[in-house]
Amino acid sequence: MSFLELTAVGKSYGQGSNRTEVLRDINLSINEGEFVAIVGYSGAGKTTLISMIAGLLAPDTGEVRCGGQVVAEPGPERGIVFQNYSLLPWLSVYENVAMAVDQVFPQMSSAERRARTEQYIAMVNLTPASHKKPRELSGGMRQRVSVARALAMDPKVLLLDEPLSALDALTRGTLQDEIARIWRESQKTIVLITNDVDEGLLLADRIIPLSAGPSATLGPATVVDLPRPRDRKALMKDPAAKRMRLQVIEYLLGEGRRRAPAQAVAADLTTAPERSAVAVVA
Amino acid sequence: MAARNSFKGDWLVLPLVGIVAVLLLWTASSASWAKSLPSPLKTWEMSKLYVMEPLAKRGELDQGVVRFTWYSLVLVTKGYAIALLVGTPVGFLLGCSKRLTLMFDPIIQFLRPVSPLAWLPLGLVLFQKSEPAALFTIALCAMWPTVINTAVGVRAVPQDYLNVARVLKLSRTKTLFKVLLPATLPYMFTGFRLSLGIAWLVIVACEMLIGTPGVGGFLWQEYNSLIYEHIILCILTIGLVGFVLDRLMGMVEKRFSAV
Repeated sequence: MSFLELTAVGKSYGQGSNRTEVLRDINLSINEGEFVAIVGYSGAGKTTLISMIAGLLAPDTGEVRCGGQVVAEPGPERGIVFQNYSLLPWLSVYENVAMAVDQVFPQMSSAERRARTEQYIAMVNLTPASHKKPRELSGGMRQRVSVARALAMDPKVLLLDEPLSALDALTRGTLQDEIARIWRESQKTIVLITNDVDEGLLLADRIIPLSAGPSATLGPATVVDLPRPRDRKALMKDPAAKRMRLQVIEYLLGEGRRRAPAQAVAADLTTAPERSAVAVVA
Repeated sequence: MAARNSFKGDWLVLPLVGIVAVLLLWTASSASWAKSLPSPLKTWEMSKLYVMEPLAKRGELDQGVVRFTWYSLVLVTKGYAIALLVGTPVGFLLGCSKRLTLMFDPIIQFLRPVSPLAWLPLGLVLFQKSEPAALFTIALCAMWPTVINTAVGVRAVPQDYLNVARVLKLSRTKTLFKVLLPATLPYMFTGFRLSLGIAWLVIVACEMLIGTPGVGGFLWQEYNSLIYEHIILCILTIGLVGFVLDRLMGMVEKRFSAV
């Protein structure tokens, strides 16, 4: 039995004639320890989807199950890293992480909690910055704090909501490597929401496309059975990776596109070197 | 464009030039069209005693400026404390609940512009004594910026912070003290600063009406005694104290909004 399971999940916003169906008939099954990437258009409802997995939003139809239990509210067993970091700006790096640790492990001694907090800050290489406030950090560093905070709660699932999309390409690359390392070391189940197919190819076991909204739904999964650790440059040339990338993009541009404006799609779904591949498909 | 002629002393020299210009205008006015306006020099001569012996106490309404200022400040502090103690929780409630906002916002907007001079008689009727009446008036007038800014601040707390609280399963009390309150502090302090400004405005008006010793009381007494130089002394004192209070609160506010 799978660890995280979404059955016939749907969600609408608004009321009466203004009601728009954002997600329809989402079925998803994720095994323990699996790394799944959900790739889709901006505004398709990716954040809505992950918010429902986190329990921040309740689905209108269907249900979300985690470890066999129906998800009714958010909780620390589903750690979430938000796109905009969501660090509390009046707390230092240390205090942001410590707040989560103190809340989730009240039974630990204060020394144990301090050690745990320091351990996770060290895990994302931020020990020298631990007394700094978020505003003193770069975007990449803030996102690492956010990852440390989520991991320090020892979640069963780590939910990453476009964690890297606000970062520059170089920082993004570094953080992708860090996420790959963290996943390898912790063996957590990870759900990554992204608009970058290559990010999925680099990190995930499976890439699942989300069609354009309204009434977005998941497309057929592409299994990424490439050997790890994966190398960004090699992936560009690897024929298997190329085929997988094409498969995902073909769905998103074809069947999954429907009402999305085509010109926005190419820019959104791929990093620069892949434009040519898109052009072939389109 | 050519560089402006500037030197490092601008911050000191230019305000001094402004002050001198106003002093000249004042002197010219008192010498020409406003004969009953005391000149700056005359004001200084008549006020010297009060400024040079700021702590002297020669009689109930004949004391040094610092003593008068002290009396006024004590009264302001009490009224201001009441305003904050009432205004902050009220602001929080209004910020948290749309219903309460809809219920009370019109009343607040309606009461806010009422002058302190209108509240004071009501306070006297309610409390029979001058000091509680003054406190009532100060609190009622000074409360609104705190109420409104706190409510706005609570409404402006990003959903992300609340999501963090939900994921961590913080209790309601913890969410209030660890997330809501710190996130609202910068707004609250803006409210506190504006409230203090109003409290200081109100105290002078109150003292004039109830005649207690203080800057305002002294001002009114000296008007009745026809010593107009002291009116100007009081005005300058009120202005200076108000300026210093605003600066102090501004510094506190800056500290909290720097998060």
